[in-house]
Amino acid sequence: MEKSTTFNGKLLPYLLLAPQLAITFVFFYWPASQAMYQSFLREDAFGLSREFVGFENYTSLFAQPEYYHAMVTTIVFSSLVAAFSLSIALFLASQADKSLKWATGFKTLLIWPYAVAPAIAGVLWIFMFHPSLGTLARPLRIAGFDWNPMLNGNHAMALVVMAAVWKQISYNFLFFLAGLQSIPRSVIEASAIDGAGPMRRFWTIIFPLLSPTTFFLLVVNVVYVFFDTFGIIDAVTGGGPAGATTTLVYKVFADGRLGGDLGGSAAQSVILMVIVIGLTAIQFRYVERKVQY
Amino acid sequence: MIRSIRLLAAFAAIATTTPAFAQVEIQWWHAMTGGNNDIVNRLSEEFNASQKDYKVVPTYKGQYPDTMNAGIAAFRAGTAPHIMQVFEVGTATMMSAKGAIKPVYELMKDANEPFDPQAYLPAITGYYSTAKGEMLSFPFNSSSMVMWVNKDALKKAEIAEIPKTWPEVFAAAKKLKAAGFTTCGFSNAWATWAHIEQFSAWHNVPIGTKGNGLDGFETELKFNSPLHIKHLETLIELQKDKTYDYSGRNSASEGRFSSGECPIFLTSSGYYATARNSAKFDFVSVPMPYYPDVTGAPQNSIIGGASLWVMGGKKPEEYKGVAKFFAFLSDTTRQAKLHQESGYLPITKAAYAKTKADGFYEKNPILETPLKELTNKEPTENSRGLRFGNMVQMRDVWSEELEAALGGKKTAKEALDAAVSRGNQMLRQFERTVTR
Repeated sequence: MEKSTTFNGKLLPYLLLAPQLAITFVFFYWPASQAMYQSFLREDAFGLSREFVGFENYTSLFAQPEYYHAMVTTIVFSSLVAAFSLSIALFLASQADKSLKWATGFKTLLIWPYAVAPAIAGVLWIFMFHPSLGTLARPLRIAGFDWNPMLNGNHAMALVVMAAVWKQISYNFLFFLAGLQSIPRSVIEASAIDGAGPMRRFWTIIFPLLSPTTFFLLVVNVVYVFFDTFGIIDAVTGGGPAGATTTLVYKVFADGRLGGDLGGSAAQSVILMVIVIGLTAIQFRYVERKVQY
Repeated sequence: MIRSIRLLAAFAAIATTTPAFAQVEIQWWHAMTGGNNDIVNRLSEEFNASQKDYKVVPTYKGQYPDTMNAGIAAFRAGTAPHIMQVFEVGTATMMSAKGAIKPVYELMKDANEPFDPQAYLPAITGYYSTAKGEMLSFPFNSSSMVMWVNKDALKKAEIAEIPKTWPEVFAAAKKLKAAGFTTCGFSNAWATWAHIEQFSAWHNVPIGTKGNGLDGFETELKFNSPLHIKHLETLIELQKDKTYDYSGRNSASEGRFSSGECPIFLTSSGYYATARNSAKFDFVSVPMPYYPDVTGAPQNSIIGGASLWVMGGKKPEEYKGVAKFFAFLSDTTRQAKLHQESGYLPITKAAYAKTKADGFYEKNPILETPLKELTNKEPTENSRGLRFGNMVQMRDVWSEELEAALGGKKTAKEALDAAVSRGNQMLRQFERTVTR
């Protein structure tokens, strides 16, 4: 005989869901609806006057060449950060997964940067790579490489990518390591007995078995690049030179907080929200099909 | 054990009773770094020690734009400071924010503090007053842009005379570069202040119509003239081999002068306190260079620096404290000392006269440089000053375009045309939000 308890109350499930729903509402739906509302208004910086302007904030946004430029910058920036942080983390995790002396020590050190706040990470990298004050920029310049992130957009981009990647590696590393450790040893050993070398073992067994982790990390990383990197950009380049490192989320910050154009900034964040929802949907619908769980 | 707890309790009691003394705290947000930060802290300490009712608490909030944005955000959140230091280009934005600010003339009248607008230098107060002459903010640190020169470096490069004109600066920078200053012959902080705003006033060409915006709205920007284009073209050319090297939009790179990297550097005269503390070489400041083929150049420079704005919606007793503090700052001896230590301009006529009478300028010509620039000639339409709404944001846009040009992405003409047209759009937007 099976023993099971059923709850007949209609209220209880909702009650149990309530805390989660409240958090989602307060931290997501409410601010999101506020942003939508604000995107139809035009205000002065102090909030002393406001006027309903319909879709004007959106139309003027799409008339700005700078906005399209920020889109391209975001695509470049996010692909670079996602690609580098995932591949470097995977490499480090597969090395740390081996039986090494001091393995725990290495792991701790690798996880460390994740605890650093984005703006502080940015400042650390500026100390190393500021063209005239940076400890690493000097040797670069002496070696004859004209390192100048103040004027050269590619150098500035490289710098923010490095800082953003450095910060994200830890997180990816942690998940890859956990993923690697959950792969049964017997499968790998069997293939080793069959004569597969380390590279072959990695690509035909480990990598496919890691794909759920990789997929999850890809989603998380894209969201990270879209939303969490503006602290780094603000501290390192301030979106410059000439807008070369102004990503969509940095532009939201720059136009709203620095520029005092709250309506335009709200319109941008609504668009950004739509983009990220779309991207996540695409990732789950199409990429997930190819993932082997 | 019990004794130590009692002791702790006693300490806690002391710690909590002191503020219960009914001292009114006055929050002062400022943007002063280096030697000037020390001066701000010392002024507050002196004021706090001079009386018991009020306590001024200075807080550093980042560079000028950061401080202003922090203040605006705080106002929206209902937690604005009492006093906010706003740089000169933020003036138009603050002036139009009626209700968010408490005009200084009103503040002093309400508090019955002695206050005579005539006591202040008109060149400075003109910036911060309405057309009727009512002072809206309290001038605190006014400066102008000067050229700082490393005399030891000039000696090393065997340059006999300090350059006066732009062609002389270019030639000197080339020599300096050959003499070992390979990463930077000359440079400047505040990119747009140097190459657009001061450059225009100094050459008596307009930044925009309607007296650079001082005469009202509906101004059109004008700084894409052949002279501006020629100047930027030269800078682009010199940037290629670092005879000129760009140093960013704000003052964060001023250290390039005091570290000895850039031997010629244009920045605020208020850099004096920091330069004096950190430069390990013989230096001097001289007036900005000019193009000798421009008729009438040099004209006169315009002021920069910042003033103190009092935020609205505070309690009357807090305003009393602010008024007391402003009266304290206007004291002649204190003003004269402030001027002599910081390199900022004297704000009151009496402080200027006292410094002159003391024979201070003969010994310290550096401090007279900005005054000489400001009073070089009777100001014209183009050199009275400027007042544009959204100026803080416009400066970022202009800097973006300058960076695009210096980075080789645009020609000088393309960049300046874009800066002008984007700036005009921003002016129109500003007018829409304030005229209602």
